[in-house]
This record gives sequence, C-alpha cells and structure tokens, in this order.
Amino acid sequence: MSIRQSESLFTRIMNHVFLVLGSFLAVGPFIWMFLTSIKTFEETIQIPVKFLPDIPRWENYAIISDKLNFPRLYLNTILVALMMIVGQILIVTICAYAFDRLKFPGKNVLFLGMLALMMVPGQIFVIPRFKIMVSLHLTNTLIGLVLPGLFNIFGVFLMRQFFSTIPKELDEAALIDGCSYFRIYWNVLLPLVKSGITTLAILTMLGAWKDLMWPLINNSRAEMMTLAAGLAMLIGEHTTYYEQVMAGGVIAVLPLIILFVIFQKQFVAGIAQSGIKG
Amino acid sequence: MKVKKESLGRLKRKEAITAYIFIVPMFLGLMVFSVVPFVQNILYSFRKMGTFGNGTFVGLSNYQKLLQDETFWLALRNTFFYAAVGVPLVIFFSIFFANLVNKKIRGRTLYRTLLYIPAITMPAAISILWRWILNYQYGILNFFLEKIGLQRISWLGDVHYVRWAIILVLVWSMVSYYTIIMLAAMQGIDKSYYEAARIDGASNRQLFFKITLPLLGPMIFFAIIMVTMGILQIFDFIYLMVDRTTYSYTYSMSLVTYFYECAFNKSSMRGYGAAISVVLALIIMVITIIQMIVKKYWIKTGD
Repeated sequence: MSIRQSESLFTRIMNHVFLVLGSFLAVGPFIWMFLTSIKTFEETIQIPVKFLPDIPRWENYAIISDKLNFPRLYLNTILVALMMIVGQILIVTICAYAFDRLKFPGKNVLFLGMLALMMVPGQIFVIPRFKIMVSLHLTNTLIGLVLPGLFNIFGVFLMRQFFSTIPKELDEAALIDGCSYFRIYWNVLLPLVKSGITTLAILTMLGAWKDLMWPLINNSRAEMMTLAAGLAMLIGEHTTYYEQVMAGGVIAVLPLIILFVIFQKQFVAGIAQSGIKG
Repeated sequence: MKVKKESLGRLKRKEAITAYIFIVPMFLGLMVFSVVPFVQNILYSFRKMGTFGNGTFVGLSNYQKLLQDETFWLALRNTFFYAAVGVPLVIFFSIFFANLVNKKIRGRTLYRTLLYIPAITMPAAISILWRWILNYQYGILNFFLEKIGLQRISWLGDVHYVRWAIILVLVWSMVSYYTIIMLAAMQGIDKSYYEAARIDGASNRQLFFKITLPLLGPMIFFAIIMVTMGILQIFDFIYLMVDRTTYSYTYSMSLVTYFYECAFNKSSMRGYGAAISVVLALIIMVITIIQMIVKKYWIKTGD
C-alpha cells in the first residue's frame, strides 16, 4: 500500500531527526516544568543548571496548594466549562436547526448578521459586558463567566454543517407522521449529530479552559477564579520561588494532558473541525 | 384547491413562527451581550470614563489623544510586528510538521501526540513555564546558549529581545494547534491524485509541491486568516510573561494588552480603552476585507 515511493535512507533518517527535534521542543518545556517542580529552591538557582534534583521534593506541591486553592479552581473551571457546554448545546443547536431546516422571512439577513458579528474582535464587547455584570451583581460569580460565552456564533455555523449532512427526507417523513418541529429536532436529528455535539463540547471546553481576560476582569475574588486566572495571580506574588510556581503549573496542566492522551481522537477531530471553512 | 392553498400558507406561517421561536434564545443573547455592547462601546469611546459611572462626553478627544500617544503607536507597531513575523512562521512550521506526521513512518502516533500537547495547554500555564525557561540568570535557554559559546540574553528584560521572546512562545504554542488542522486537511486529499501522479513517475518532492501544497491552498488561506486574527488579538503571553513593572512590558505591549491596561488597570482611562478597541476592530475589519479580496484572485481551486 505504498502510494509514496519508498524514500531514501537519508530522507527517512532526516524525517525522524526533525520529528524527534520537534517532539522534544513541544514536550521538553513540560518536562523541565516537572523537573523544576520537584527541586529545592537552592537547586533551581544553581549555576550551572542542575537537571535532576538530588531527592525529589514533593513538598512543593503541598506548599503551592496552601497558597492556591486548586480543588476550588478546578471545580470553578469545570463548572464554567460544563455550564457553557450544556447552555450552548441547548441554545446553539436549536438555532442551527432552524437555519438549516426551516424557511422563514429574513433568514439570510439574520445569518449574514451573525457572520458579520463573528468577525468583530471580542475586546470591543468587554467593557459594556463588564458594566452589565456589575449592574446585574454577577461579578465574582461563575454565571458571570458563563453568560457572555453562551451565544457562540461559530457553534451555529458548525452545527448547521452537521445538520446539513442529514437527508431532508428524514424530516419530511417525520412531519407526515405528525411530528412537531421540536420533536424532529430533538428526537430525530439531534441524536444523529452526536459527533457535531462532541466537537462543539470539546471546542467550548478548550475555550473555557484557556480563557484568561474575561475571568480576570469579572472575577477578582480568589475563590471565584478559574485555573487560568489563578495561575496569573501566582506570577505576581511568588515569582521568586519557581519550584513552587512550576508545581502549580504541573497541577494545572497535567489532568488535561492525561485527558488528551486518552481522548486524543475526539480532541483532534474537534480541533480539526475548528479549521473547516464556513 | 383554494382550501389546500390556504392550509399550505398556514403551514408556512407555522414553520416560520416555529423558526423564530427556535432562534430567539440565540438572538436575544447576541442582542444583550454583543450587539448592544458593540454600540455602547463605540459611544464610550467618545466619553471620558473612569471605573465607575458613565463619565462625560468629550467628542473625538480620545481618538485625538491616541494619535499623539507614543505607547499606542508602539503597541500598534508591536501588534503588526507579531503578526508579520508570527504568521509565516506558524504556517510554515505547521505544514512542515503536518507533512512529516502524514507520512507512513514508525512512531507516527507517538510523534503526533507529543507535537499536539502544547495545543491543548492553557496560555496562562505556557506563560509561567516560558517565563522560567527564559529567565535571565537561571533559565535553561541561556544555559544552553552559553554552552554553545554565546552570550546570555535578558529575553524578557531587554527591550531589544522581548518581542522576539514573545514571538518564540507564540509560534511554539500556535504551530502545535495548526499542525492538527493542516494534517486533517492533508488527510482529506483524495489518494487517487497521488496514485495517478505516482504512475506517471512523480517523485516525492513533486507529490508535495504539485499535489499536496496546491490542494492545501484553501486551507492555508483560511489558516492565514485565523492565525492573523489570533495574533492581532494577542494578550495572554505578553501580560503574563513580561514583568509588568518593567520598561520592557511597555515595549512589548500589543493593542489588546494596552486596551486591557487602559480599560481595567488605570482609573480614568476606560473611555480611552474603548477607543483602542474600536481602532483594533477597524484594523481587523480592513485586514479581513483585504484578505477576502486576495482570496478572490488567489484561490481558484477548492470550494
């Protein structure tokens, strides 16, 4: 099954050289983060650089956990991601269904309007959104983090694409059987776009996970922060003790890396979908 | 006949009403959290505003101030610098690595997993990590530089290097993400093209330059747009990697970083921050339009 001509030995070796180099560049920093996290302070500032600690110093993890409430940060981040995912699935998919399957006056104008709005950089909404949150007393709440992220226009485009792959005859048959539009959407079509929903969920989760600016703005109280914002706090206060900061970093990235290794197929499919042309 | 037509009309109306009900949650949300804020933000940009209240109307004075604000011009230049240097690098390396892991090669699955890890890591963690790697005294990068006989560099403290340090981390994290996207696009190319070319005696190099690259065209174009938009809005890495009390923070600031500082960290410059975000939106709009025009002439394949 060799479509490609078998490459010369030199090329094959070079392939591996580049890939090993690339993989090392990608993962090396994380390994360094871990190694630093189990050193003593003296070991981190040793010159020349000391690669391995004499004895692994796991206390760094306990020390940093005293300074930053990681279980709470995790809980907040997961709750925000979950609320966003559930909310988006409800709001976004039904909207996408209407745009793909139903006819209504103004459809194209509204769709173009969404497209235009999607092109606008998010910063332009931030100040007024914060004022809304202040007036609704939603600063320093998780709801305040979730609300502005629920109305994901890209999600509508994405889900519409998934709906459009399902033959229309299915709806027509259901309609003749007397199904309401909602039943067609909920019972017939939604179960058929599960892969689309997975994609939407993964992209939403990654977005909520990575987002920094809005959590920084809206939630200033430590117990309402997300992981990203919590890490940002770490920098200001404890930068001198890098072994502790790195321990915090490991706590923040390791679970998602493990999750990624397990569900790599879904993650990759999701990210690849974020590259589909609209 | 007449009855049938009427009921058809009623069905159509029912369909339309149902559709409106279905899209109402989305559009209501967009109204409240995007459309109205969009307008408000533009209005704010004509006001002098602090942390509280709505301030006073000052006409175009925020925009006039922008024109004379050296930090703003610096941030604008920096932002373009990040995009101009970062976009080609991200596109080149993501195609390079995607092509490598697209080959039938031993250990391919492992290589892919490792290459993808930065893509799923949050920028906040990436920032603190690289801040340590790039540390002047104890950073491992300077250690290696000295090992090969070079001078250590104050990556995040020297105004000549800080922007390159930002580029380095930016490219590092983005290449990983776009390798995934490029690989998916490569896998979507019909194998029969390669088979046909192979029968005609094409070399591997020819397969890449005559088939893979041209057929990747639309995706490359799309990726250029996405990477450009992403870099023009860069914030996290600068905000977290560079010490915010130093001069090099000012020297590496992007438009969004400056926007954030004005709108949320300074007490009386929220209206000014709004003006910055309006300028950023205008820039992005112009670039989007230019790219759309380029697309029309450049890309004839695909779609």
